[in-house]
Amino acid sequence: MTGKNNGFALPRRVILQGVASVALLGLGKIAFGAAPAFAANDKYPDEAFKQKSSDDAIKLLYGKTAEKSDKIKLDAPEIAENGAVVPIAVSSTLSDVTAIAFLVAENPNALVAAYKIPAGTMPSVANRIKMARTSNVIVVVEAGGKLYSTSKEVKVTVGGCGG
Amino acid sequence: MASTIRVRATSSGETTEVQALIQHPMDSGFIKDAKGETIPPHFIQQLTFEYDGKVVFAADWGGGVSKDPYVKFAFKGGKKGDDLKVSWVDSKGKTDTTTAKIL
Repeated sequence: MTGKNNGFALPRRVILQGVASVALLGLGKIAFGAAPAFAANDKYPDEAFKQKSSDDAIKLLYGKTAEKSDKIKLDAPEIAENGAVVPIAVSSTLSDVTAIAFLVAENPNALVAAYKIPAGTMPSVANRIKMARTSNVIVVVEAGGKLYSTSKEVKVTVGGCGG
Repeated sequence: MASTIRVRATSSGETTEVQALIQHPMDSGFIKDAKGETIPPHFIQQLTFEYDGKVVFAADWGGGVSKDPYVKFAFKGGKKGDDLKVSWVDSKGKTDTTTAKIL
């Protein structure tokens, strides 16, 4: 992820935090014209949610790739009888967690949910997601400006995305 | 007016645990109805929890979140009797907001 920053790949946190934020924003605009400003904290990441591949969605969301971590605890069923409602919970022992995202590799759009964890909020989220078929569930945790992930395969008996 | 949002926030003294359940179809746009026609996408995109004027939790959701979504998290602080504000906006621009007392 070094070199060849094309504007899209600019890490959002760098944009948000950097003293040179104005300069960076400027670069992004030059490179991409009317591209949406990724610096806007509460802007809905539309493009990331449209990606078919989980890697593409993660890159669009966070501007970097994740490394595997055993400091993320992913609670997911081995077998989900109903793919329309799969309970997934995540907690992490990483410090300075700022975001947690849930992806299902085999769903039509991989990204399911992305949560922002402000300072003072626990790095722990539970929610219910849809799974089209048996797939890896991927959880990405942003902590201390770095990106970590873990995954688990969940077998789905009845898919939750129709078709 | 009945709210689409049911929220339960419980303070343990040091932390406040929040559970929310929202009534929403969360149509992904990938499902066909009985006639074989695609049900257009309609899902909550953003959900925000505010306490004491600050955002304590924010969600960006896609169509892959289950119908009538549920979410649970916890934050440090939060006093019994204080307000927790919850609001969402969906892909059609509809919104709802509620304020719950921390128990």
